[in-house]
Amino acid sequence: MTLTQHDIDQEIAAEHAAYEKRLAEGAPVEHHPRRDYAPYRSSVLRHPKQPLVAIDVSKDPELVELSSPAFGERDITGIDNDLTRQHTGEPVGERITVSGRLLDRDGRPVRGQLVEIWQANSAGRYAHQREQHDAPLDPNFSGVGRTLTDADGFYRFTTIQPGPYPWRNHVNAWRPAHIHFSVFGSAFTQRLVTQMYFPNDPLFPYDPILQSVTDDAARQRLVATYDHSLSVPEFSLGYHWDIVLDGPHATWIEEGR
Amino acid sequence: MTKIDTSGPEGVLPTPSHTVGPFYGYALPFRGGEEIAPLGHPDTITVHGYVYDGEGRPLPDALLEVWGPGPDGSLPAVDGSMRRDPASGGFLGRNGVEFTGFGRIQTDADGHWYVRTLRPGARGQNAPYLSMCVFARGLLVHLFTRIYLPGDATAAASDPLLSRLDEQRRGTLIAGDEGNGTYRFDIRLQGEGETVFLEFQ
Ligand SMILES: [Fe+2]
Repeated sequence: MTLTQHDIDQEIAAEHAAYEKRLAEGAPVEHHPRRDYAPYRSSVLRHPKQPLVAIDVSKDPELVELSSPAFGERDITGIDNDLTRQHTGEPVGERITVSGRLLDRDGRPVRGQLVEIWQANSAGRYAHQREQHDAPLDPNFSGVGRTLTDADGFYRFTTIQPGPYPWRNHVNAWRPAHIHFSVFGSAFTQRLVTQMYFPNDPLFPYDPILQSVTDDAARQRLVATYDHSLSVPEFSLGYHWDIVLDGPHATWIEEGR
Repeated sequence: MTKIDTSGPEGVLPTPSHTVGPFYGYALPFRGGEEIAPLGHPDTITVHGYVYDGEGRPLPDALLEVWGPGPDGSLPAVDGSMRRDPASGGFLGRNGVEFTGFGRIQTDADGHWYVRTLRPGARGQNAPYLSMCVFARGLLVHLFTRIYLPGDATAAASDPLLSRLDEQRRGTLIAGDEGNGTYRFDIRLQGEGETVFLEFQ
């Protein structure tokens, strides 16, 4: 049986209603997707069914997971955060500047940590051999960037507005335009891989990956804000996107010093 | 919505997780990602295995990260896991002598992975272990687990995590000894023999 957008829309609506019902009954706000989210079909066989085993980090300062690997200037190059300058020619598309702060749950900047991004080109094509979408590759665009956050937790990338692209979750499935982000915190428990979206994309309601975040406010935190002050005259449009890392970390270690 | 107001005293709400998707392969893996141990180090071990889905099929597109202490139990603070070549922009690999403790490995087309690192030392009351983080297409939030090495029943019995688990579940966290410093550690995302995954609070 062919799976249509209508089928997926109904599943998305049912998951959303189930979440709203849980909330109304006093369940906690869910800031992250559930790993078991059937509208995204690839999740079905790839999520654990046993409950996760909880570890209270406040009981043990020696946990390996309370520290994080270090990254430094050796791990990046000078043009890693400018995806428009990594080839001999200029990539095709609308240049954008994406910047924001990396924060912890206390709202404090996370300094000197690695931020990695990858994305499709302006035609919606990844420079990946297994990519099946036949939109054109751009010889002047790889779509990979890296940077370290600065002393105030800021990161900044210059890149090309990625295009939306089709995928095979169901018939006529399209991903809204997005940039993939991979981020480290000061503790390995804060590790985050996610995706940043652009404001007012008409594909939002149809996308089971974005909609896997069933909390409306949490979903909004995945959408960047257009920021005219980040736009560079005669060059690029600016988007602001702050990232807040979840997961406990050892604040008391700093306080004890 | 995505300029976070940090002026209040009450903390801020987290950015939701998303799947790593299918196309990270040209972006995240780096040369030498699985070779964490400095060349020729006498405490080198190899850990390898498969990642399986709920139907027992190996995942050819899982991404694993390993983070662990050195043999003396200390956690490295040295960078250079993904040293770069400023001329070509490519990866140089590690420098051959420093231990960063961090590795990143993509499963191959058969779903197999390996990592060569240093035998971890114990920290506090914990039996020695490597922390592992699992990412994959289809996995909306990454999963943490731990690789404990076999052979020290006393340490395992007093480990705060292992001692809380029944024998069958505990077994999913303990690598199998294949001799010559090689250990087998399979990850089962779902179903029979499902690996114990962790949630930090
Ligand atoms: Fe994508």
